[in-house]
Amino acid sequence: MTLWQEYLQPKTVTEAITALANAPGTALPLAGGTDLILDLDQGRHPPIHTIVDISCVREMLPIEIRGDELFIGASVSHTHIIDSKPVAENAQALIEACELIGGPQVRNIATLGGNVAHALPAADGTIALMALDAEVEVASSKGNRRVPISEMFLGPGRSALAKNELLVGFYIPLKHKNQASAFKRVMRPQGVALPIINMAVWLTRAEDRIADIRIAVGPGGPKPWRALEGESDLRGKIMNDETMASGLEIVMRDIQFRTSPHRASSEYRRQLAKTLFKDTVETAWKRTSI
Amino acid sequence: MNEITLTINGKKQIIPAKAGEMLASLLRERLNLTGTKIGCEEAECGTCTVLVDGEPVLSCVYPAARANGREIVTVEGLAQNGRLHALQEAFIQYGAVQCGFCIPGQLITAYALLKQHPNPSRAEIRHALKDTLCRCAGYPTIENSILAAARSLRTGEPIEPPKIQLSAEKYQVIGRVVMRPDAEEKVTGQAKYSDDLKFDGMLYAAVKRCGIPHGFLRRLDISKAQALVGVEAVLTAADIPGEHNHGLVIYDWPAIVGIDERVRYVGDAVAIVAARSQEIAEEAVGLIEAEYELQAVITSAVQARQADVPDLHKSGNLLKHIKVRKGNMEQGFADADVVMEHVFQTAITEHAFLEPECSIAVPLENGRMEIYVGSQIPYQDREQVARILGWPEDRVRIVGQLMGGGFGGKEDIAGQVHAALLSNVTHRPVKLLFDRHESLLVHPKRHATQIRVKVGAKKNGCLTAVETELYGDTGAYASLGEKVMTRATTHSAGPYEVPHVRADCYAMYTNNPPAGAFRGFGVTQSAFAVESMMDMLAEKLRMDRVELRRINALHVGSVTNTGQVLRDSVGLTECIDKVEAEMFRLSGTDEPFGPRPVADAPHLIRSWGYAVAYKNTGLGGGAPDKSGVEVELYKDGCVEVRTSAAELGQGLVTVLRMIVAEELSMPPEKVRVLVMDTDLTPDGGPTTASRQTYVTGNAARMAAKTLRAGMTSALAEKYDQPPEKIRYIEGLAQVDGHSVPLSDVYVEMKSNGQEPRALYEYWAPETKPLGEGGDMHVAFSYAAQAAEVEVNTNTGEVRVLNVIAATDVGRIINPLGLEGQVEGGVMMGLGNALTENFIVEDGHVVTDRLARYRMPGIAITPNIIPIMVEHPAKDGPYGAKGVGEIVSIPTTPAITNAIYNAVGVRVDSLPVDQEQILWGLQKAIGPQPA
Repeated sequence: MTLWQEYLQPKTVTEAITALANAPGTALPLAGGTDLILDLDQGRHPPIHTIVDISCVREMLPIEIRGDELFIGASVSHTHIIDSKPVAENAQALIEACELIGGPQVRNIATLGGNVAHALPAADGTIALMALDAEVEVASSKGNRRVPISEMFLGPGRSALAKNELLVGFYIPLKHKNQASAFKRVMRPQGVALPIINMAVWLTRAEDRIADIRIAVGPGGPKPWRALEGESDLRGKIMNDETMASGLEIVMRDIQFRTSPHRASSEYRRQLAKTLFKDTVETAWKRTSI
Repeated sequence: MNEITLTINGKKQIIPAKAGEMLASLLRERLNLTGTKIGCEEAECGTCTVLVDGEPVLSCVYPAARANGREIVTVEGLAQNGRLHALQEAFIQYGAVQCGFCIPGQLITAYALLKQHPNPSRAEIRHALKDTLCRCAGYPTIENSILAAARSLRTGEPIEPPKIQLSAEKYQVIGRVVMRPDAEEKVTGQAKYSDDLKFDGMLYAAVKRCGIPHGFLRRLDISKAQALVGVEAVLTAADIPGEHNHGLVIYDWPAIVGIDERVRYVGDAVAIVAARSQEIAEEAVGLIEAEYELQAVITSAVQARQADVPDLHKSGNLLKHIKVRKGNMEQGFADADVVMEHVFQTAITEHAFLEPECSIAVPLENGRMEIYVGSQIPYQDREQVARILGWPEDRVRIVGQLMGGGFGGKEDIAGQVHAALLSNVTHRPVKLLFDRHESLLVHPKRHATQIRVKVGAKKNGCLTAVETELYGDTGAYASLGEKVMTRATTHSAGPYEVPHVRADCYAMYTNNPPAGAFRGFGVTQSAFAVESMMDMLAEKLRMDRVELRRINALHVGSVTNTGQVLRDSVGLTECIDKVEAEMFRLSGTDEPFGPRPVADAPHLIRSWGYAVAYKNTGLGGGAPDKSGVEVELYKDGCVEVRTSAAELGQGLVTVLRMIVAEELSMPPEKVRVLVMDTDLTPDGGPTTASRQTYVTGNAARMAAKTLRAGMTSALAEKYDQPPEKIRYIEGLAQVDGHSVPLSDVYVEMKSNGQEPRALYEYWAPETKPLGEGGDMHVAFSYAAQAAEVEVNTNTGEVRVLNVIAATDVGRIINPLGLEGQVEGGVMMGLGNALTENFIVEDGHVVTDRLARYRMPGIAITPNIIPIMVEHPAKDGPYGAKGVGEIVSIPTTPAITNAIYNAVGVRVDSLPVDQEQILWGLQKAIGPQPA
């Protein structure tokens, strides 16, 4: 079975959107392709007429500071994110997440845009971006718009991208001196190399208080999940065991873990969430003093 | 895009674009750069790694069109101006090359690493090679090769030779470091495996598999497939000219299931297709319509023995009830101060050799047929292909190819008979290549077992009785199930002298994929059970667990469960002592088995675990165990050794080269080896049961001695000297002060009318069937291992830090190969303990992609310390005995015992489930503070 007929490599977003719109048959954008190619090859996705390879689209490749934000192009490979100084300085959780995805060969190809567009509730890169409060730049024939990352997901494997829309990149607020982030996950040595659970935390520290905090957990629900109530509970409190216990209680109250056959029971995920919560918040907390 | 312009290994190429093409197939199919291998086509194994603009990528999922305008480096591009790259040199010298299938990927990944980090740390190497898998699993050696190459590249000095334990006995060649004959072609990408071959007019085959675990085939419609343009043949059971079934012991496995016949597992074939391309063949398979009358599914060996289930075969569901009887059980348990009993479970596991199965059938003008295939038993392939075709055996020639691993999984028929049937009808060469998905579904696995162990012991630790009951799931067809489960049963009381033993095993048919040979051959499973029990007993007796094993260990003079008196070569106690001493040294503590929290991370608990094992060498049990080897001197003074014994990567070719070089006192490089060809090589028997070094090694030794005698008599005649005055030194004959090159000896023999070759058929000492007492096996190998683990009490995660592995190999023949066997064996045992679980639910395979079946990679490879112990076996060549399996067997229980010692959780079901560890340790020591 021929998986595709036409293979196009546009150089600009406009070219890419035009190519998608004008294709004579089905058309899909292909970034790294580490998921889509396998879906095609293993018959989970029917063959496509036109592949629009967006890995060389100019606007989707920079990593740069734009004003008070860090921009990461959607077609940047994980390897380039890991090696990037501005990302290391501003979004450590994202580096930690990207470093754990796949192996080196996959990271050389796989993109952050693909990670988000795939819309899995426990995608490592996505969970990090959730805690970092990223905004997504989406392009369509009508122009570009910015969407909070938390609004990008409809359900497992379903993103809010409309047909012929493209992810251009991600904006992450620059890190201030008293801010830090961290990412952790737990894997299982058997079966698919997806995390049993992952967690990203971003926080602002004011002396001994948690001035602000964001916590993202996967798979904490059908979509990448933020512990909004838990965050509210923690915000403004002095960092101590009591605060942590109270925050954890709220997070655990709200979170929806499912049982995945051959991977993890919801009870196990709950148990791991407790460990991961302490570990990830404390790691981010310690980093603020550096 | 109409054409692709790219630079490959420095050369610019312009190639017409092809829809849907991946870079790997462009390289392999259109540019004939077959050094880049395809192991999984799902971005899991790393064998297909190439550099694109300097970065390693997986070419199997990289669209060829994307490579437009880029620079590609493949393994063929590493050597420059005929000089090997330092990495290639180091991989050869360190013995990192075994089956060789993953090597292009390893080299390319390492090459990219050294470009970026000329002085990499071990951690950086592990990070870079994390997903470049090696199933021979010589990870420590790969790591050391990369370090050595990096050093050489930085300093300009030659590669520093590896540090390795040589034989204590002084031979000229035996026990010394000798390179593999096939190593260079494997590091340059020139080595050809079956799928690398192409023939004019070759067709591509695909198989319609039933996809249901149990039912009757009621309707089959192949008309749409036949009508598809490009399809050359669609065959069903009705088209089989000869016998319909194949099998290694019992002919119970239908080549193609016919109408109204029973399908017994998801991989059963109902039709086969040959077409002009792989894509067309697969499309045609999709057009074949089949209807089944579904039947109840038997999912486990225990269920198969129940009264209310259907019979899968005419003979019923019981393949074999295997019994071991020694002494009197009532007496044995009456004599005991302590009696303990526990039930253990082991999972199905998968060989996951990196080279998927491939067979190519080629019809010859003279009416014969050649089959190009990597097979562990070429002569049995010949017999089975001939049987299905209804031909005499000598009309078929098996031309064995390099194999990318086997581990027992390439003993049964895979695609050989299907390719042959299609070729016979189309009169064209037909290639049948399994993709990874098909490989996972179809070929026999390791038996899942349930093993109940009951032991009785005196207060002083002496075992009085061991009773075991085993259930083995042999799946849909017998394969080697009876033999495997016999080995599991006879070894189920461990390598101990026990006065009273009773073992009963039920090898059962089920609707799971067949189970057959897999490194360890059943002993992997029973050793896990009995060695776990030995630790449980030690705890109950408050005894040192090493001491408990030492006082019960088999020794010279012991009588085994099956009534065999061990007359020589029992190095178990030395293995036990050496591992214990090394464990004390490495751990720096007198109590290695106690839990030790990691400083600054008290949730991480470390401890050591200990296990021992034994494993037979050779077929045994009364089976005639023989091998033929031919050795021939050539005009150029080189010698060729020929046998059909198989080279799967384990290094038999090196062993044969060394033995012949030793006997003829010549440099090993002057000895060529030809294996696995049923026209050109005598029958070496199956490559199984850790038997080839012993059986074919002996045959090679005797054949070389015979040739040497012939050479000597020719020289004695010519120079009129007594034969005892004729010597051989460094590839030259020495006669009366003259040095005579072997090329002259060849001429002399020829002119005398003497053929410069010798054929020797070696018969291993006779063995007795189980139940008759006496020698059931010609020799046993022994091993002790200690593993240090670290358990995370917050998550249940387990990491293995160290493994000390002492093995009594009889005699070290090939030190490089031996170290590779130990490393790979330990890693396979580690996988069996921690990562590998072939899951079948209601007869349907869940782990039908490599992404769902995880084999260990370099990132989780512990520090492995191999120790060789040499207790020569009387009849082994130079005292050698088998090593391929024993090295893997104690690892799993050593790890699970270590987990218990660390956190008090007894793992009685494999693989280790970290979730269960967490629940278990919360039960054992209470919940941990979060």
